[in-house]
Amino acid sequence: MSSRDAILQRLRNRSGGELAIPDCDFSVLQRPSSSVAERVDQFQKTIESVHGEVHRCTSENWITQLADLLSSRGARNLLVPAAHQIGRTLRDADSNELPELLIYDEPIHSWQAQLFNEVDASITSTRGGIAETGSLIMWPTPDEPRLMSLVPPIHIAVLEASELYSTFHEAMQDQNWAAGMPTNALLVSGPSKTADIEQTLAYGVHGPKELIVLVIE
Amino acid sequence: MNQATQDPHHIDVKEFHPRARAAISDPKIRQNFRKAMDGLITKRKDAFEGMDLEALRELGANIRLRALANLPDLLEQLEKKLSENGIKVHWATDGDEACRIVRNICVARNAKTVIKGKSMVSEEMELNHYLEERGITALESDLGEYIVQLAGETPSHIIMPAIHKNTGEISELMHQTTGTDLSNDVEYLTASARQQLREKFMNADVGVSGVNFAVAETGTLCLVENEGNGRMTTTVPPCHIAVTGIEKVVGNLEDVAPLLALLTRSATGQHITTYFNMISGPRKLEELDGPEEVHLVLVDNGRSSIYQDDELLDTLRCIRCGACMNHCPVYTRVGGHTYGTTYPGPIGKILMPHLIGLDEGRHLPTASSLCGACGEVCPVKIPIPDLLVRLRQESVDGDKLNPAKVRGHGAKRGSVEALVWKGWSWMHARPGVYRFGTALAARLRKLQPGQLGGWTEYRTAPKLAAKTLHERMKERGQ
Repeated sequence: MSSRDAILQRLRNRSGGELAIPDCDFSVLQRPSSSVAERVDQFQKTIESVHGEVHRCTSENWITQLADLLSSRGARNLLVPAAHQIGRTLRDADSNELPELLIYDEPIHSWQAQLFNEVDASITSTRGGIAETGSLIMWPTPDEPRLMSLVPPIHIAVLEASELYSTFHEAMQDQNWAAGMPTNALLVSGPSKTADIEQTLAYGVHGPKELIVLVIE
Repeated sequence: MNQATQDPHHIDVKEFHPRARAAISDPKIRQNFRKAMDGLITKRKDAFEGMDLEALRELGANIRLRALANLPDLLEQLEKKLSENGIKVHWATDGDEACRIVRNICVARNAKTVIKGKSMVSEEMELNHYLEERGITALESDLGEYIVQLAGETPSHIIMPAIHKNTGEISELMHQTTGTDLSNDVEYLTASARQQLREKFMNADVGVSGVNFAVAETGTLCLVENEGNGRMTTTVPPCHIAVTGIEKVVGNLEDVAPLLALLTRSATGQHITTYFNMISGPRKLEELDGPEEVHLVLVDNGRSSIYQDDELLDTLRCIRCGACMNHCPVYTRVGGHTYGTTYPGPIGKILMPHLIGLDEGRHLPTASSLCGACGEVCPVKIPIPDLLVRLRQESVDGDKLNPAKVRGHGAKRGSVEALVWKGWSWMHARPGVYRFGTALAARLRKLQPGQLGGWTEYRTAPKLAAKTLHERMKERGQ
C-alpha cells in the first residue's frame, strides 16, 4: 500500500469514530461600517507603526511627489510596469526629475544579477489595501512579476483610497478570491524586517528596506 | 555541561534534569529568555486590544476542529486542487520518507544547493542533516535559523530560533564563521547577513519552505513571515518544495482570515506579519519569475496516531504560534534547548511524546507546574494542561484493560511506586484501617526522617500533626 493510502486509511478508520462538525461563527470578524477617510487614516496609522511610509496624493500630483521621494534617496533608477497605467504614465511624463526608468520584460534568469545588484527602486500597483492591519494586496502578474516588489531596496506601491477594505476577510469576500487564486497572492504590511538578534528591530533583511505607499485620494 | 555545544542530533531527551539544572544556574539563559518573553507577553496583550478575543479564539478552535473532523476528505481535496494547479503532492509516513522524497526531487534536478525558509517540520525531519550527509548543501535563510546553523545548534524557540543568544554572542559567531567585523550594531549584522544570503538565493537550485495553512478549497499554500526570505525561497530558485504536517489543512479560503489574525498576534504581538504569501501554482508560461516546479510533501510522522483518540486529537489543532512557551514559567526559566526536542515548551510537551514515544519523552509531561497559562493563551483553545495530565497518566498506567494510546505507554511505571499507590487506595477504601493507620503515624511522628530526598533539597519537610483530623474533630465534640 502506498504511504498516501496508508495515511488516508488510518484517518478514515479512526478508532474514536466520527467527529462532530462544529459551527463556525464568523460574525466576530464584522466591523462597523466606516468612511473612506476613516479607512485611510487607520491604514496610515497602522502601516506607519511598522515603519511603512504613506504619502497622500492626487492623480495630478503623484508623479511630482514620487520624483521628490526618489531624488531625496538618491535613487539612480526606478523599475516600472511595462503595460500598467502607472508605468505608461511615468514613461509618457518624460520628466527630467525622474531617474532612469527600467522595465521587467525578460525572464528573471536573463537579468537576475542586474535586478539584485543594480535596481534601486520599484513601483507597482495594488489590488487594494486593508485598513485594520495596514496591508497592501498584491497579485503579481507578468507585467508586475513577483520579485519586482521584493528585491529592490525601495518599493513604492500605489493604492487607490477607494479600494481600502476594513479587514482581510472583507477583501477576500468582496473580491471573491475563492473563485480562483492567482499563482501568487500577497499581503504586504511594511518593509522587510527581523527581530532575530536579541529582539532588536532591523529593516531590509531580505526584502525592501523601505516601503512607500502613495495613496491616491 | 554546556547545552549549546552538544551535537544537536544526539541529544538524549531523557536527560532533561541535568540540562534543566545547568540552564537554571546559567544567568545568561535566564536573562535572555526572561527579557524576550516579558516583551512578547506585553505585545500580545496590546495586539488584541479592542477585539473580542474570546469569540475569535472560539472561532479559531472551531475552524481547526472542523478541519480535523473532515481531515481525510480535505487532504484528498487539497491534493486534487493542488494537482489541478500544477503542484505535485507527495505523502510521507515518517520523517525519513519525507527526507527521501525531498532528496529524490533534488537528485532528479541534479540540485546541489538548497536554500530554506523557516520550517519546523523540516527540523522534525532533520532534513538539513540528511541532505548534508548525501552531499547536498542546505542553507537556512531566516536570520535566526541562519545564526543557529552557523553555530551548529538547533532552534531554542519555534518563532525566534536564536533567542538564547545575545547580540555580543551573535557578533562573535558571525565574525568567526563569516568574517564580519565585531560589532554590537544589529543593523550592521543584519545587513551583512543580507549580503551573504543574497548570493546564496541567486545560486540555489531548490527552495524548501514550510506551510502555515494549506487551503483545500483553492489549493493554496500560505506562508507567514517578516523577513522576505520566505518569498525569496519560494520565488527565486527554479524549484520550490514545501513540507508540512497533514494537520495543517483548512477547508475554505475564508478560514485563513481569522486564523491569521490569531496567529501573528499570539506569536509576536503583530497585527499581521510583513508578508503573507499565498502560493497556488508554479510559474505560468507567460510569467517572468517564480519556480518552474512546486511540490508539497505531506508528512504524517505520528499525527495519524494522535488523530485516533478524542482527547489527544486536540493536540493537532495547534497553529504553531509559540504563545504557550512565551507564557510558560518553566520554559522561561530553562530555555528551549533543555527539552532536547524539536518543539520545546508546552506544545512540545504534549506533541513530542507522540513523535518519540513516552519512553524517550518520559519527563516532558511532568516538566510543568500545571499553572494553566498555556491553555489560557492558546489561540485555538487547546486544553494543554488537561493533555499534560492525560500523558502523565499514560506514562504510568499499567492497567491491562486500558489500551495503550501513546507509544511507550506505562514507560514510567515503577513497581515500588505502583505498590505504594495500591496500598494507599486499599487503605483509603477502608475507614477502620485508615483511622488506625493515621493514628499510628501521628504517634510515631518523632521517627519521621528530616530529609526526604529531592523534595527537601529546596523545601523543609512537611511534619505530621500530633493528632489526626478525626481525633481533633472528636475533641471538638463534632
